[in-house]
Amino acid sequence: MSHADEHQGTRRDFLYYATAGAAAVVGGAAVWPLINQMNPSADVQALASIRVDVSGVTEGTQLTVLWQGKPVFIRYRTAEEIEAANAVELSDLPDQLAENANLDASSDATDANRALPNPEGSDAAPGAWLVQMGVCTHLGCVPLGQEGNFGGWFCPCHGSHYDTSGRIRQGPAPRNLPIPVASFVDATTIQLG
Amino acid sequence: MAGIPHDHYEPSSNGEKWLHKRLPIVGLMYDALFIPTPKNLNWMWIWGIVLVFTLVLQIVTGIVLVMHYTPHVDMAFASVEHIMRDVNGGAMIRYFHMNGASLFFVAVYLHIFRSLYYGSYKAPREVTWIIGMLMYLLMMGTAFMGYVLPWGQMSFHGTAVITGLFGAIPFVGESVQTWLLGASAVGQPALNRFFSLHYLMPFILLGLTIVHIWAFHTTGNNNPTGVEVRRTSKEDAEKDTLPFWPYFVIKDLFALAIILAVFMAIVGFMPNYLGHPDNYIPANALVTPAHIVPEWYFLPFYAILRAFTADVWVVQIVQFLSFGIIDAKFFGVLAMFGAIAVMALAPWLDTSSVRSGRFRPMFKWWFSLLVVDFVVLAWVGAQPAEFPFDWISLIASTYWFAYFLVILPLLGVMEKPLATPATIEDDFKSHYAGTGGTKTIVSPAE
Amino acid sequence: MTMFRTLTLAATAALALNAGAAQAASEAHVTDYAFPFEGPFGSYDTMQLQRGLKIYTEICAACHGLERVAFRTLADEGGPALPDDQMRAYAENFEVFDMSLADGAGDYRVATPTDYYPQSSLSNAPDLSMMAKARAGFHGPWGTGLSQLVNGMGGAEYIASLMTGYEEEPECALNMETPMDGFYNVAFANGGFPDECKDADGNHTVPGSWIAMSQPLYGDDVVFDDGHEATLESQSMDVAAFLMWTAEPKMTARKQAGLTGVLFLSVLAVLLYLTNKRIWAPHKNKLKD
Repeated sequence: MSHADEHQGTRRDFLYYATAGAAAVVGGAAVWPLINQMNPSADVQALASIRVDVSGVTEGTQLTVLWQGKPVFIRYRTAEEIEAANAVELSDLPDQLAENANLDASSDATDANRALPNPEGSDAAPGAWLVQMGVCTHLGCVPLGQEGNFGGWFCPCHGSHYDTSGRIRQGPAPRNLPIPVASFVDATTIQLG
Repeated sequence: MAGIPHDHYEPSSNGEKWLHKRLPIVGLMYDALFIPTPKNLNWMWIWGIVLVFTLVLQIVTGIVLVMHYTPHVDMAFASVEHIMRDVNGGAMIRYFHMNGASLFFVAVYLHIFRSLYYGSYKAPREVTWIIGMLMYLLMMGTAFMGYVLPWGQMSFHGTAVITGLFGAIPFVGESVQTWLLGASAVGQPALNRFFSLHYLMPFILLGLTIVHIWAFHTTGNNNPTGVEVRRTSKEDAEKDTLPFWPYFVIKDLFALAIILAVFMAIVGFMPNYLGHPDNYIPANALVTPAHIVPEWYFLPFYAILRAFTADVWVVQIVQFLSFGIIDAKFFGVLAMFGAIAVMALAPWLDTSSVRSGRFRPMFKWWFSLLVVDFVVLAWVGAQPAEFPFDWISLIASTYWFAYFLVILPLLGVMEKPLATPATIEDDFKSHYAGTGGTKTIVSPAE
Repeated sequence: MTMFRTLTLAATAALALNAGAAQAASEAHVTDYAFPFEGPFGSYDTMQLQRGLKIYTEICAACHGLERVAFRTLADEGGPALPDDQMRAYAENFEVFDMSLADGAGDYRVATPTDYYPQSSLSNAPDLSMMAKARAGFHGPWGTGLSQLVNGMGGAEYIASLMTGYEEEPECALNMETPMDGFYNVAFANGGFPDECKDADGNHTVPGSWIAMSQPLYGDDVVFDDGHEATLESQSMDVAAFLMWTAEPKMTARKQAGLTGVLFLSVLAVLLYLTNKRIWAPHKNKLKD
């Protein structure tokens, strides 16, 4: 085989590879939208974040809102409740993790790690606001507020007792009530998600 | 695969032999991919691939759209808008599907007219042709039902008009129409069943596509000369043909890339050009749009439907002879379906001994007129039914029937065809070498 | 191929020649306004959309709904792109009916970003969400719509022309026994039209027709914060541009995808052309020797 032929051969191969490559790129670009269309659409994504007006929630009361199809408890706790929650030793807790989506997964379950930071300029006691999912971590029932052995929440389905910080203390539930991504956007509005 | 002699698949490894004994699927694919194809095929032979691609495009985008669409009279329009506004990439996918229907029909009309010019319908390819006609009917049904789904004004009132055609059938028409709609008028039952059928029919189309390909792989492709591939020996056959892969696959893909670039420009820059603005108004039974016009691809046959009114003497005679059973409305319906039926009968109406229009000096002119006629019908189908459009559509419709029923049979007898090249090889040589071929070839510039 | 090319030309010529015949003497006047979103590279002008939004809110919204548009989309990039807080504050100006309130009986509440604009409050005022796509401004030449290939569909042009199309009633309609209902508009095609303004063949002698809506814009109907001019024409174009966006919010993304697609496919076509030439060369070239 002469040199010229070899050169010809490389050039031909290059053309074939370039064509196949370009076809693969065009094909790939066509396939991606077909996959991506199954991801949540803009209207669904918009519902992933809602704002809740909590101006009507006074000390010692609770607001339950529906968020992404699940109840969320928003509680303005009393000084006694905060005190009771702070008094618990970590070692007494079945689940010693905060279960707080706003914090590291390894954060421990102190009450400070569970409570929602107060809005700027608020005169509420530190840790007054507790926002948590209202879904029992056992089998998904909705716990009742201000009931049970620890003054927090009580799940009537299988008798799980949560304390005033929403931590599991007694009964079959394995974990503390999870805390969703939440923050105050102004003095009276909490954004979930 | 019967027909042209060629090398068949020989399983080499033990694994291949194991599979081949149990399911000769690799052999089937090998035979289809390397089928000997006349090497003189011109650029009008690309539309088959374009059609296969478009069918796949429509099925894939259609399945995706169904994930977000709701076939309910209260929600259909809103769910389409949901696709257009909120679903990731939904607007593009929907516009692809919408304009894909137009691409489908552009390709099928060019495919059909190519067959009519080069005599691809003639023996021994009648079965391929008939299956093709069935597929065309199925395509029209699918496209019509798909147009109903966005539930806009044109969807709604178009459905009323088209299903009304079946109401024209004597005696049973009304029952047939009610059966089609599931009610006395267009509504939820119609939308739901058209949705179901719109999803089903493309898969039947896919099945028929395989049969269509099977049929012409059995007879071998036609080609611009209409001269058959030599089957005397494998050596002779190889002088006339080249394997489908890579020669024709790459050629077809090149054409497909150009067509898709144009298609992409339409979808990207003017996706609503071929649609009707009224279909962006939600369906309202109380208000009929000023002009109900079908999608462009139905217009030629819609024109034929409207051409035969009660004051046309043919209609009057038929009405008299049938004791009034066939009235003008039913006549129009018969004419519309008849226009497709005469096309399907072309293999038996064409008496010419020569297959390709290239060697038929008189045929060329009549065929050209048929193409013009088709365009005129499409244009007049979108015009109001008043003078002079009624006359134009009547003349154009008459020519359509005359071409198939009178001109094709007579031409074969009256016309003296030119000499055809002896072999495909000769044609190919004369085209690319400028020498050696038969000199009688009139239109070589493919 | 030559055959087919000749045929296409012949067909086009036949179409053009045959067409001229029966056209109404005067159609509705639609002005071909120049919008920034026209053409393959055109995109929405954020400031124009915000002005249009203000005009819609202060004037059109009194009667016309926008039920397919969610308030959240007002903050979308490529749209009016309101800052998040402004969009939220804007939504709070509207009330929506919520079936989940009052134990399923439903009640009104303040709108949130995920809600949609209300429907039209006047029964004969059409919803405007899709208006710019539900009307074509250009139909010519001779009713073929081919001019749209150059001008586009003309939905926004139609809306702007309608806003500026209110004129004094033509002379032929002045001395009628019962005056026409509505208002004379030269851009409105499908309204009432008196026989007095038709010639012997039934052709219209004056453009347009009578529309039920009274003239909504006169110039200086709104005051823009940035002091932008508010003439009748500029306001008409601004609100038309806004309604184009409500009808086709994904237009910019669509054009970008289209352009990318055309470029990619063109490159692929060139490569396939060269590949095709190369693989066929041995079979074609040997014939020339």
